[in-house]
Amino acid sequence: MWNLRDRYAIGGIGFTRFSKASGVTVLELATEACLKACEDAGVNPDEVDGLISFNFGDSVPGMAVATAMGLPDPQYVVDFDSGGNAANLITLAATAAIEAGLAKNVLCFRAMNGRSGFRLGGSRDLSAYNVTQYTAPFGWITYPQAMAMWCRAHMVKYGTTKEQLGSVAVSFRENAVLNERAMIRTPLTIDEYLGARKIVDPFGLYDICLESDGACAALVTSAERARDMRHRPVYIMGGAYGGGIHQGEDLFDAIRWPDLSENFSKYIAGDLWKSAGIGPEDVDVAEIYDCFTYTVIMVLEGLGFCKPGEAGAFAQGGGLRRTGPLPTNTHGGLLSEAYIHGFNHVIEAVEQLRGHSGARQIEGARIALTTAGAMTCGSAMILRN
Amino acid sequence: MTMQRPLPVLDHLSRPFWEGCREHRLRLQKCGSCGKAQFPPGPICKHCRSSALDWITSSGHGTIYSWIVVRHPVPSDVYVKEVPYVVALVELDDGVRMPTNIVGCSPEAIGAGMEVEVSFVDINDTISLHRFQPVAQLHGKSA
Repeated sequence: MWNLRDRYAIGGIGFTRFSKASGVTVLELATEACLKACEDAGVNPDEVDGLISFNFGDSVPGMAVATAMGLPDPQYVVDFDSGGNAANLITLAATAAIEAGLAKNVLCFRAMNGRSGFRLGGSRDLSAYNVTQYTAPFGWITYPQAMAMWCRAHMVKYGTTKEQLGSVAVSFRENAVLNERAMIRTPLTIDEYLGARKIVDPFGLYDICLESDGACAALVTSAERARDMRHRPVYIMGGAYGGGIHQGEDLFDAIRWPDLSENFSKYIAGDLWKSAGIGPEDVDVAEIYDCFTYTVIMVLEGLGFCKPGEAGAFAQGGGLRRTGPLPTNTHGGLLSEAYIHGFNHVIEAVEQLRGHSGARQIEGARIALTTAGAMTCGSAMILRN
Repeated sequence: MTMQRPLPVLDHLSRPFWEGCREHRLRLQKCGSCGKAQFPPGPICKHCRSSALDWITSSGHGTIYSWIVVRHPVPSDVYVKEVPYVVALVELDDGVRMPTNIVGCSPEAIGAGMEVEVSFVDINDTISLHRFQPVAQLHGKSA
């Protein structure tokens, strides 16, 4: 279990414009976000000696960014070959690296031309080798197709409805309308959701996240150093990464996963809350990885915000709205702000805890949850101001 | 260049399975120590870590655990003529789940727990794919 409660903090954040076509290279996006995180922290980039990122072969390695920035002494530069499961894991890995003396100030980033370049949500590599030889030949190829299979299992087991899934999408869009950096700022009605083009039953267009070009970065440092930086520190209270048995041979594969109505979150909940010393009832704002509407349902149940089978009704009852008991994805999420692979959730949590979220600010937000990942493995953090 | 439907690339672990499909037999690894079956095939038994794995022929009978109906083809030029098609996870009587296509009934007729049975389609000279259809359909009975 991660056991560094409140000893590390996010001292600075940076992000680019989120768009369908950045018109620049991923290296330019990554460098812009990283430099902005330093500027936000009031830290000279020369003080940065660590970089951690994650990618699916669709980004630039940390050493490229260190080189572009002319960092004089990079010591801990690591790239995770990973997806949305890693957005919080890399931040936790930064605390471990600093604790071990491998670095002092670590930039964590995710950068991608996810719409104009490599489109993760489209077809993956079409060759059917390793475990994909048992899935791709049957036309089971894309992530929306993967998660639709999970969603159906929840509908079968608990009677979860399209209207309940739709309330997740509608609720997050309400927040995006208030967010100046969101890619979509027009309201979404439940009727528009239900009438949308069917993609892969049970998913329609608005169950599926956006595709985006952009980058996000966060500067992770010791609590002590963070207190000397420009803004109030956002402390890392708790964190966990994992999943259960039979996570599969890649991030798509869940053939051996015991129950598709529950994901990794069930397996990390104990460590997450114990590491932070709080429970679900203490969370003021939740930024939950939402590659699909259904992902949010599983995490609400897995982390104990709702009992199994009850998250759909919770969402439909307004539970996730900014005026509800658990304001969730206050930026609009991957569904309506942008798809920066979950790292935009960390940015939003930091802004909420600083009180910098403007029109979408949740008053008095003191403790935030961020999650990353959808299926058999993932990560989560508890942040506080 | 037109993209082709992805076909399995056989390897040392998977070859017995696909060679079985070619003979229209659904083969599974079964552990000689604990007696449990596993799919996909692995280097050792995932239940008890024994190396005493044998290949058995499944009855090819099971039930539908979950399913999707693909309506938007990806990639378009490979699947545009196939949509809508059904992908399902079938829970075999042997205790394993297997991704497959469901044929022989409309997508709307599919439900959880529906009994299905395997059949095979020859794709080319070396590859045959397993697919499943409702048991009643296969035997020409009304549901």
